[in-house]
Formats: sequence, C-alpha cells, structure tokens
Amino acid sequence: MRHYEVTFIVDPVLSGDEVKSTADHILNELKNYGATIVAVDEMGLKQLAYPINRRSSGVYYCVEFGCTEADWLVKFELGLKRNEKLLRFLTVRLDKYGIKYNDDKRNGRIGKRKKVSATAPAAEAPVAPPAVVDLDVPEVVEAIAEV
Amino acid sequence: MAASREDVKFLSNPKIGLNQKKYCRFRKFGIKHIDYKDPDFLIQFINEQGKLLPRRITGNSLKFQRRVATAVKRARHLGMLPFVADLLK
Repeated sequence: MRHYEVTFIVDPVLSGDEVKSTADHILNELKNYGATIVAVDEMGLKQLAYPINRRSSGVYYCVEFGCTEADWLVKFELGLKRNEKLLRFLTVRLDKYGIKYNDDKRNGRIGKRKKVSATAPAAEAPVAPPAVVDLDVPEVVEAIAEV
Repeated sequence: MAASREDVKFLSNPKIGLNQKKYCRFRKFGIKHIDYKDPDFLIQFINEQGKLLPRRITGNSLKFQRRVATAVKRARHLGMLPFVADLLK
C-alpha cells in the first residue's frame, strides 16, 4: 500500500463550520475513492509568508492516507483545484522514512529536540519580566555580569 | 625585553589556521526524512533573502541538499516560506 499526504489551505474568511465541512468533504471524497485515512492533522490558522488570493492567513490541514491503486489521484486533485474554498494544496507520496517520521511525530517521539532549541530563547523572555516587577533588577544585572 | 611566545601568539586570530571540518548534519544525526511542513527547521538552509544556501556553506551532502531544496520549494508553495524576502532572519 502506498502512502500519500495531502496538505491544503482553506480560506480563512469562511466560518468555522464551513471550514470544517470543507475538510470533511475532502475526507469523504478520499474515502469514496477507496483510500484509507491514516491521520488527519489540523494545523490550524497560520500566517502565510506571502499573500495568496489576497489572503494573508489560512487554515492548514494535513491528511495522510494510504491506497493500493492511485489512478484516481489526478481526478481527486482536479476536484481540489476546482474547489474555490481552498487557497493551495499539495499531494506528496511518502517513502518509508516519511511514513516512519509521521508515525513518530504522532506518538511524540519527534519534535522535542527542536522544541528545546526553539523555546530556549522564548523561555528566557518570560523569566525577565517578573524580575523587573520584583525590583530585583540590580541582582539580576550582577548575575548576568558574573556569567 | 622581547615578548614571550605566548604574547605573540594572540596578535593574530588563533582560529585562522584551523580548518574546522564541515559535516552533513543529516548524515551525522541520522535524519532520514525532511519535513516540508516545518519552516522553523528549513529556515536554517535559506539566507535573509529567502534563497537556498549553497552546499559549501551548509555542508550538506549532495543527497540531502537535494532533499532540502525540494522541501524548501514545497514549503514555499504552501506559503510557509517566502519566495522573496527582506531581512528574513
């Protein structure tokens, strides 16, 4: 069975229900074609790096699915292309490492290392404001100087 | 009084002669799959203008440089990374 992953961006102007129904519609379509849905990742509202169709943000969805025959993928992508509620989509075939990566990510085995490096500068930021509130500023400054 | 050797040593940058070997981080840490949905990771491989960095700077092996390039291009398509930018970092 081959694994694929389709990521699509739903128009943020739609209401929450409409966004959900759009996603459900795509999931149903996949099921009708005979694909088995492995996982649905709702990545939520995100800022776009550049405007697409005059929208500056979008609701991201990522669906991993498996199927034995994928000759309907062209038809499926055509349906996505014609769907005016979507800003963008991308279908990718996953190799064995991709399947393992997604599996590990779902089980929380990946992302910790990256999160540490990402939160390290952020973790320092919340520490600093309380110090200012507690009027311990001279001590903090000394501590930094010692370091 | 002549300066001792230890003083003379630091008149020039001590790191100049050292050849610090670059390495491919994917090979070294055993990363097999590069996720195109992770712009925070991919941002390490592009410069301030949003262009891909060459291999001679990142040290990636050819195999993984190709995969990084594909991942960055996919992320750009999905609006996670910019095609062109100014002062990205």
